[in-house]
Amino acid sequence: MTNSWTDIANTDLAVVMGGNSAEAHPCGFKWVLEARSHRKAKLIVVDPRFTRTAAVADLYVPIRPGTDIAWLGGLVNYLLSSNKIQHAYVSAFTNAPFIVKEGYGFKDGLFTGYAEAKRSYNMASWDYELDDKGQVKSDSSLQDPRCVFQLMKAHYARYTPEMVARITGSPRDKLLTAWSWIAETSAPDKAMTSMYALGWTQHSVGSQNIRTMAMVQLLLGNIGVSGGGMNALRGHSNIQGLTDLGLLSNLIPGYLTLPSEHEPDLATYMKPRGFKPLRPNQLSYWQNYKKFFVSFQKAMWGEAANAGNDFAYDYLPKLDVQYDLLRIYDLMHEGKVNGYLCQGFNPLQSAPNKAKISTALAKLKFLVVMDPLATETASFWEDHGEFNAADPAKIKTEVFRLPTTCFAEEDGSLVNSSRWLQWHWKGAEPPGEAKSDIAIMAGLHLRLRELYKKQGGAFPDPIVNLHWPYLRPDAPTPEELAKEINGYVVEDVVDPKDPQKKLLTKGEQLNLFAELRDDGKTACGCWIYSGSFTPKGNMMARRDTSDPSGLGLVPNWAWSWPANRRILYNRASCGPDGKPWDPKRTLIKWTGSAWGGFDVPDFPPPSNPKLGMGPFIMLPEGSARLFTRAFLKDGPFPEHYEPFESPVANPLHPKVGPNPAARVFKSDLAVFGKPSDFPYVATTYRVTELFHFWSKHTRINAILQPQQFVELSEELAKKKGIAAGDWVKVRSNRGQIRAVAVVTKRLKPLAVDGKTIEVVGLPFHWGFTGLTKKGYPSNVLTPYVGDANAETPEFKAFLVDIEKTSPPATA
Amino acid sequence: MASLQSLDIKARSATSFPTPDVRGGQAVEVAKLIDVGRCIGCKACQAACMEWNDLRDEIGTNEGSYQNPPDLSADSWTLMRFAEFEENGKLEWLIRKDGCMHCAEPGCLEACPAPGAIVQYANGIVDFISENCIGCGYCIKGCPFDIPRLSKVDGKAYKCSLCSDRAAVGLEPACAKACPTQAISFGTKPDMLELASFRVDELKGRGYKEAGIYDPPGVGGTHVMYVLQHADRPELYQGLPKDPKISPLVYLWKGLAKPIALATMGLAVLAGFFHYVTVGPDTIDDEDEKAAERDIGPKGRAAE
Repeated sequence: MTNSWTDIANTDLAVVMGGNSAEAHPCGFKWVLEARSHRKAKLIVVDPRFTRTAAVADLYVPIRPGTDIAWLGGLVNYLLSSNKIQHAYVSAFTNAPFIVKEGYGFKDGLFTGYAEAKRSYNMASWDYELDDKGQVKSDSSLQDPRCVFQLMKAHYARYTPEMVARITGSPRDKLLTAWSWIAETSAPDKAMTSMYALGWTQHSVGSQNIRTMAMVQLLLGNIGVSGGGMNALRGHSNIQGLTDLGLLSNLIPGYLTLPSEHEPDLATYMKPRGFKPLRPNQLSYWQNYKKFFVSFQKAMWGEAANAGNDFAYDYLPKLDVQYDLLRIYDLMHEGKVNGYLCQGFNPLQSAPNKAKISTALAKLKFLVVMDPLATETASFWEDHGEFNAADPAKIKTEVFRLPTTCFAEEDGSLVNSSRWLQWHWKGAEPPGEAKSDIAIMAGLHLRLRELYKKQGGAFPDPIVNLHWPYLRPDAPTPEELAKEINGYVVEDVVDPKDPQKKLLTKGEQLNLFAELRDDGKTACGCWIYSGSFTPKGNMMARRDTSDPSGLGLVPNWAWSWPANRRILYNRASCGPDGKPWDPKRTLIKWTGSAWGGFDVPDFPPPSNPKLGMGPFIMLPEGSARLFTRAFLKDGPFPEHYEPFESPVANPLHPKVGPNPAARVFKSDLAVFGKPSDFPYVATTYRVTELFHFWSKHTRINAILQPQQFVELSEELAKKKGIAAGDWVKVRSNRGQIRAVAVVTKRLKPLAVDGKTIEVVGLPFHWGFTGLTKKGYPSNVLTPYVGDANAETPEFKAFLVDIEKTSPPATA
Repeated sequence: MASLQSLDIKARSATSFPTPDVRGGQAVEVAKLIDVGRCIGCKACQAACMEWNDLRDEIGTNEGSYQNPPDLSADSWTLMRFAEFEENGKLEWLIRKDGCMHCAEPGCLEACPAPGAIVQYANGIVDFISENCIGCGYCIKGCPFDIPRLSKVDGKAYKCSLCSDRAAVGLEPACAKACPTQAISFGTKPDMLELASFRVDELKGRGYKEAGIYDPPGVGGTHVMYVLQHADRPELYQGLPKDPKISPLVYLWKGLAKPIALATMGLAVLAGFFHYVTVGPDTIDDEDEKAAERDIGPKGRAAE
């Protein structure tokens, strides 16, 4: 989230699209109702289904799965053509005035630079026009035909209300009502919050779904302000922590990137990571990249990382390709992966195309599953009839189950959607032989280190030199790790102007990432968390609810990254002159000599507004991007592409249907279904009563939602002779499931491109373990294709057929 | 603030002598307010009810709806009932938390023939005292809301106690504590009525012209009240009765049939005595054991 859960109470309009927060985040959702009670805020829900969130909404707009960019692109067009944008914000804080260089273009569904054979773009033409000093050219009148504003206007002119209704199936009147409510928040004293989750990410255009709404929010001046923002509602209690700490295959902690194989040394690696400002007087904070990177290397390898060896740069793996979830299972499926340590993950249920995952796991030599529960993945080799047909005699994979503690059985911190690191204390002793993940990993490391010490090997250095300073090497404590992540001083640092004055003292905890250095004198496991465990102690353990702002900033409750800042980009809550757009919702302001206020300024405190530094300090241009320079792989402007399995051709450009740059493997292209065989659109989702595949193991949750079901409209049910409570079979080109039918008014046929489109709803919680009745993972059905940028699989829009059937014998 | 607890009993089933009242009527009336306009149907209240009252219903099946378990039972004292309502092209998902309404004039208590099996505390909570229950099921007939259920395990009647044990120590009911959207509130009845009127105004402001409070006078008002979007049509909410009243049969039973029935029960006791004297005691056979095992499960509840 750019903002926080508590800040949602300050909004004037909550738009829940690409998510279902009442269902998936019932506790956080209360802040929407707070805003309604105290600010008369409204709630719009845009969703293929009338959800639990829709049950309390002021306006519900149905939409065909996978057409959010068309809907939002139409909104961009509506805002621009009806002149409902916050002009002062757009011209001062976004790249709307910047000139795009000659050569960039968009035609018939493709941006310039597409190479069909590689299914990818050469992004060179997606950039600004620079002057001879390397600075971006700009036209503050926004009239230059090659400025971002005009290009954007032209790009979205195609997205008329008629075209949007035709693509999305959203009724035109509802569409226009929603857009007019949204447009009202272009007033400087009105804010709208965007609340989304996996309903936007799990598409082959996932990243661009989110970006389109970010563009809307920028045009409305709703980024950086209280009650506004782009608010990703995370699906697990610590999934924010996972991405922050770089647990994605191409990252290292703090959103630094792993080197590629074309970057053999530190100098080459740093070359594209210089982040020189592209406009006068801009901060471009990533210029500090090397400080974060070197401090990370020091935290990892201690004295073994030093100036003499490029701070152990050679110890880092160099990527040839990206090893994301889809790639790894594809490689496993090809028999190219021998062993798999599966920690806190249940891919047999979570990853697309269960049949492929199951075959892939059977090709492993060994599989280690670390989990508090006996998961489906750990039992993939067991025969459970039609729910998991397997022949254990033929599966050679050796499976080890290592029982771990669950969150309530250990101390530590969790990072919530609000970016708050909240320390927690264990509430119970772990049962049986369960050990913490930390203890298991430590044990593994110590044994590996012994083996490498004794036997050597091709390159033992990264293992044997790993910095391991813990009091008990076999059981590092969560506090020890938290301190290392915050960072500490490796060597004294003196003031260059006054050698008598010590700036940093060896062995002390760092106060903030501003103290980090690129000379190896500081160590820090994750720069954005620096400030969470300072010389004053564990900031994450704070529990003070006082709130001087009255805006729910609660600055002394736990700790929010970065720098305990509660609202990102908060400089944009003030106009270029430094005065708040809405004085009633003041986060920070220019006091005449410095930036101050209730929140920690996301800006250098002494920077006078007159200098013109932009609020988006992480970008070299200082301005937010309506047009993304070469960055996202599928285009500088979001464009509507159909899902890979779609019931219609792309009405905008029939020849380019799905995302031309999405992640798809050749073997999987063959198993996409056609609308002639699979006429209905399916989408997967969770329900409140169950949490993923875990809580079906607890009795109360199992009582509340005991058995798998499938939702369909009354119209489709009538057509197919299905009554509520009947058993139905749902088939895709990859498999089939059986479940109980819930026939509902909450799904309605949609009028799309002259056709009637039905949506089938597939809640995904059930499997062959746990206390609920046995069921199928919905991933028996889902397609193996991912977003072009995040590689998130397309679980939210694909094709199925449905018919009445008999109950399974073993249910 | 007056205490919400009450040790005083206002009314006691099948009892004609006055109930003790040494505390001089200090108790205030309590009420739980359920605002259907804020309810998201998350079932946290159902989970909390099971947790606090140590209840575990069967793990059932899906019967074509979100409603699970499908009905109230001796082990499910509260239940979200889901209704889809469409009018003038506008769809509403009306989700009502069902359970005991704690009537000011409780039909169950009125109907109950077992002395002290049902009591009404001075704070308004209507509680079933299981050890006095004879399992006759008359409370079910007496209830205008169809709430109490007989247990398959001990044959006695059960229903929501409004967490009388929590109220006794000044805590809100478990469901109200767990509700994430403050759709359930708990306090004195005047306070809850005030909150309700605020919530009704909010709904009216959002276009629900017929929004209102459900506190039906036919049962003397209730200690569980609803805020409804369509207070003029409570039956939209899965059959919430528009004008609930205690069935006239209950009064008939009280006035005429009850003495006869009690006499019949007396005869049954006598018959049992003679059965014992002439035939001998009842024994438990294997069939009985198996039936009990079916009802409570082979491992009892140790596995939870």
